[in-house]
Amino acid sequence: MKLIDLPDSRGHFGSYGGVFVAETLMAALDELRVEYEKARNDPAFVAEFEYELKHYVGRPSPVYHARRLSEAYGGAQIYLKREDLNHTGAHKINNTIGQALLARRMGKKRVIAETGAGQHGVASATVAARYGMECVVYMGAEDVARQSPNVFRMKLLGATVVPVSSGSKTLKDALNEAMRDWVTNVESTFYILGTAAGPHPYPMLVRDFQCVIGRECLVQMPELTGRQPDAVIACVGGGSNAIGIFHPYIPHENVRLIGVEAGGSGVASGKHAAPLTAGTPGVLHGFRSYLMQDENGQIIETHSVSAGLDYPGVGPEHSYLKDVGRAEYVAINDDEALAAFHDLCRYEGIIPALESSHAVAHAKKLAPTLGKDQIILVNLSGRGDKDINTVAKVSGITL
Amino acid sequence: MSRIGQTFIALKAHNRKALIPFITAGDPGKGLTVPLMHVLVEAGADIIELGVPFSDPMADGPVIQRASERALANKVGLKDVLAMTAEFRKTNTTTPVVLMGYANPVERMGYEAFAQAAKAAGVDGVLTVDIPPEESTGVSDVFKAHGLDPIFLLSPTTPESRVEQVAAAAGGFIYYVSLKGVTGSANLDTEEVAQKLAMVRKHCSLPVGVGFGIRDAATAEAVARIADAVVVGSRIVNEIETAPEGECTNRVKHLVAELRRGVDAASK
Repeated sequence: MKLIDLPDSRGHFGSYGGVFVAETLMAALDELRVEYEKARNDPAFVAEFEYELKHYVGRPSPVYHARRLSEAYGGAQIYLKREDLNHTGAHKINNTIGQALLARRMGKKRVIAETGAGQHGVASATVAARYGMECVVYMGAEDVARQSPNVFRMKLLGATVVPVSSGSKTLKDALNEAMRDWVTNVESTFYILGTAAGPHPYPMLVRDFQCVIGRECLVQMPELTGRQPDAVIACVGGGSNAIGIFHPYIPHENVRLIGVEAGGSGVASGKHAAPLTAGTPGVLHGFRSYLMQDENGQIIETHSVSAGLDYPGVGPEHSYLKDVGRAEYVAINDDEALAAFHDLCRYEGIIPALESSHAVAHAKKLAPTLGKDQIILVNLSGRGDKDINTVAKVSGITL
Repeated sequence: MSRIGQTFIALKAHNRKALIPFITAGDPGKGLTVPLMHVLVEAGADIIELGVPFSDPMADGPVIQRASERALANKVGLKDVLAMTAEFRKTNTTTPVVLMGYANPVERMGYEAFAQAAKAAGVDGVLTVDIPPEESTGVSDVFKAHGLDPIFLLSPTTPESRVEQVAAAAGGFIYYVSLKGVTGSANLDTEEVAQKLAMVRKHCSLPVGVGFGIRDAATAEAVARIADAVVVGSRIVNEIETAPEGECTNRVKHLVAELRRGVDAASK
């Protein structure tokens, strides 16, 4: 099978992906798979999705030549795909609209979601309000504390936010709890999964909804620069913004695809969230992929200044792209991401999400190694308003 | 024939139903698991289900989640669970032991290496909650090749068209999850379960155990009337969690004996 045509009919990307869930969810996942197949081939569904992206989200999002940043970094020209300008401030809304339309099509009136930084929670609460659905968002208790503006946003939008205090109290535990809700209320509830991970068909359908990012770039880059970029860089937590911009570029073999994981305090310190860089394959949350785990197969706690990247697994397609060598994966530490955050604020007047700052930080390393006529496209997946408390705190400032 | 198969045949010959209590290995303490296993047998267990602790028990409710967290705090992993089973086998060679857990610890050890080690330790069956038959290629056949029964779940949401496929991959017995939800959920509707079991039996010749929602002699009796085996987990784990120090084995013995009376009342 060609890389671009994966996954296979049972959701496998090579040995990754699949459907590793308890029996109670099997029928629901099968129903979702069948319904999604119908929807993606239904012109009315596709047209409504595109209409919503244009008129509600504000797509296409622009590509912007960051001239002052490029000059400061001293090498390649850096272009930013401005997903931060979407309604709700990140790429997450592309996926939640797609899934909410699926939920409506399937007659489900209640949606649930997990969230780390709160961006997916906000995007889910937003579409639930937009389409008149009940919404419950599970969020790690630690993330509730460090992302309080997003918690309030979700509440304003009418969602119920449930803090999760089990395990490490972060994204993975929120995902466990959302799965538990789903297994209990499976007939009435649609689970809006936030990233290109989880059991099949989620990695595929989330990717498909996010691919609008890369498809727009394929048109915008030649318009702006006369050609496609030399490298595309995106941050990778679960990996939905990255796969959304990478996937349409897979057949363009001269374009390097570089995913940036959260290096936390440094990969050598063990305090990070970089399974592709320093993990091993395993099974978690319904799929096989690279994971952060110990020698007994227990999932280990992750560390990152960015709540949205603080996840021990990664979408299965990234694991496959790594193994076959079509994409490269690197890790950026907290301090490097914070420096890039400030760079973008000062040079371009853009406050980026801490997640996206990891991608900018890698551009900072890569740009000087390339010529001034070379082009780096960075997916600026979200805006940083939600992170100002975190940045203030690490800078020793009380707001 | 496997120890699990023999157990069901012997029970049937005496017109009795099986009682399958569950405990999490390493909870409340590393040294208490083997004594607890013997206590379960003394109190009337026919098969023991031994939970393998996992950091992310997605299909479990709060009671078994906490048991898993306590066991992990006691540094109990899959290798320790196998060692505990081997220790239990030194003095009990008849009661089947089924390991119940999640895919990743087994995946990490390697399915072949695990199957060899499990068989050598005296394990009889393995239930990996998050490996459905669709993903069990290279798993259930490896287990079967080593004489381990792969136990699979059926649930209220399993369509009739799937039952045969699940039964084909399974060995030992089928575990019917009586409720939608996680372990420890309440409100069991035996009427509904009975209807579902009739459908399951049309497609499956293995004995059928029923779990989820069984908490006392009365519910154990009701389920024993319609199933071949009664599985009780959260209620026992809850007893372990709330027992004062030193009282744990006594409390568990008392509870399992009560459940046994319930199961046997169904055969009278």
